[in-house]
Amino acid sequence: MSKPLKDTKYTETHEWILPDTDTGELIIGITQHAQEQLGEIVFVELPQILTKVSTGDTAGVIESVKAASDIYVPINGEIMSVNEDLADNPSLINDSPYEDGWLFRMRGDLKGAKHLLTAKQYDELIGS
Amino acid sequence: MPGLKKTALHHRHLELNAKMIAFAGWALPLHYGSVIQEHKTVRAAVGVFDVSHMACLTIEGKHARAFLRRLLAGDVKRLADQRGMYTCMLNDRGGVIDDLIVYRQTPERYWMIVNAATTQKDLAWMRSVASKQEVRITHTGAAILALQGPKAAVTLQAVLQADVLKDLPRFGFTQINTTRIARTGYTGEDGYELVTDPPTAIQLWDRLTAHGARPCGLGSRDTLRLEYGLCLYGQDLDEQHTPLESALSWTVHWEDETRSFIGKEALAHQTSHKMIGLSTQHAIMRPGVKVVGDVGEGEVTSGGFSPSLGLSIGLARVPRATKSCALAIRGKLHPAAIVKPPFIRRPKQDHALK
Repeated sequence: MSKPLKDTKYTETHEWILPDTDTGELIIGITQHAQEQLGEIVFVELPQILTKVSTGDTAGVIESVKAASDIYVPINGEIMSVNEDLADNPSLINDSPYEDGWLFRMRGDLKGAKHLLTAKQYDELIGS
Repeated sequence: MPGLKKTALHHRHLELNAKMIAFAGWALPLHYGSVIQEHKTVRAAVGVFDVSHMACLTIEGKHARAFLRRLLAGDVKRLADQRGMYTCMLNDRGGVIDDLIVYRQTPERYWMIVNAATTQKDLAWMRSVASKQEVRITHTGAAILALQGPKAAVTLQAVLQADVLKDLPRFGFTQINTTRIARTGYTGEDGYELVTDPPTAIQLWDRLTAHGARPCGLGSRDTLRLEYGLCLYGQDLDEQHTPLESALSWTVHWEDETRSFIGKEALAHQTSHKMIGLSTQHAIMRPGVKVVGDVGEGEVTSGGFSPSLGLSIGLARVPRATKSCALAIRGKLHPAAIVKPPFIRRPKQDHALK
């Protein structure tokens, strides 16, 4: 599993947000720390595409063997697509949280989003 | 984890990097890396569980049999020496104080394996029921291992070199030195539960794992038992519900009409609810999820992901006439199929060693 790119942002709820320069979209997933805490992931419910969403909305849920955990929208915008591979293979999130285990793509503007964390701030949050 | 009781195998769990959790006042392994791989190993080969948190109680005395015939919903009259059975201890309202396995060693000596969280409550209840009867009830403080899976018999045979093991019937038990070995378990697979002293438990653990038994934790114990529809006390069973409302009417024995057991009168009334099995591919059901049925609402008592089936299964208590239902999960109704447990069946095979 490779490390996330340096312009990746983070939320306090353990999502990562990577701007995709080709499409102008944002790619969202959960962090290595989050997947470790959840344990073996067995089911994922992802958001409806082409819906308008706001920061902090519930975007879906990740279920591990023992517990359910909500996924939150990191920024105002619109859901563009979801990772269809997760329906049959939710453990991609465990195996590759920053690449094959991405959750959804959305449109949104990261400028001025003060609630998002840098990699350094996120590492401090999780105490690593 | 301060304040928690440790089993004889605590250091083994730490050496194996187990994820430890608090359960009923004990520090116990949840898993040793993967609940799903441990689950699959027990279905396909053999796993070993430390279940020393469960308590072994002995009941001795001239009136032991009469006492147990009154204490338990199942009739120990059915038991021969060296045989056990699964049943419940009820209160006067028919509610389940605990579910347990009771074994007869001799007509005047029995032993029981009861749940960890209920041990003190059980002892207090049993002593109050015994009152002036001449029975001695002892909490033995034994260590208990469960060896489970289709390769359990060959593995235990290799370790103990005892011919009696292969012929031990389901729910039968035998004793080798200080170890009582019962052909029982909580996974739906063939297997044994080994009740012994702490030093022997460590030796057995080491030899069983050296012979290929995979250490398994409480996580897979829960997914394994749920696939066979086996009840968990505190979730599927409690003092507010009778065995008849928990799909355990088969554990209540009525054949001797003259036998008076605690809770008998209460069980004579028809119950309003029943326990059913449910499965769904659309979400993961968890304990407490609301069941919306054709004739009323109910609740999931145990639920989760089935590693063998790759979907969610659970047990739910619903109104008796329920024919169809859906699950209310995170504000949405998800269709669910009513399935008669067990959710899976083990392939027909001869487990004897030939």
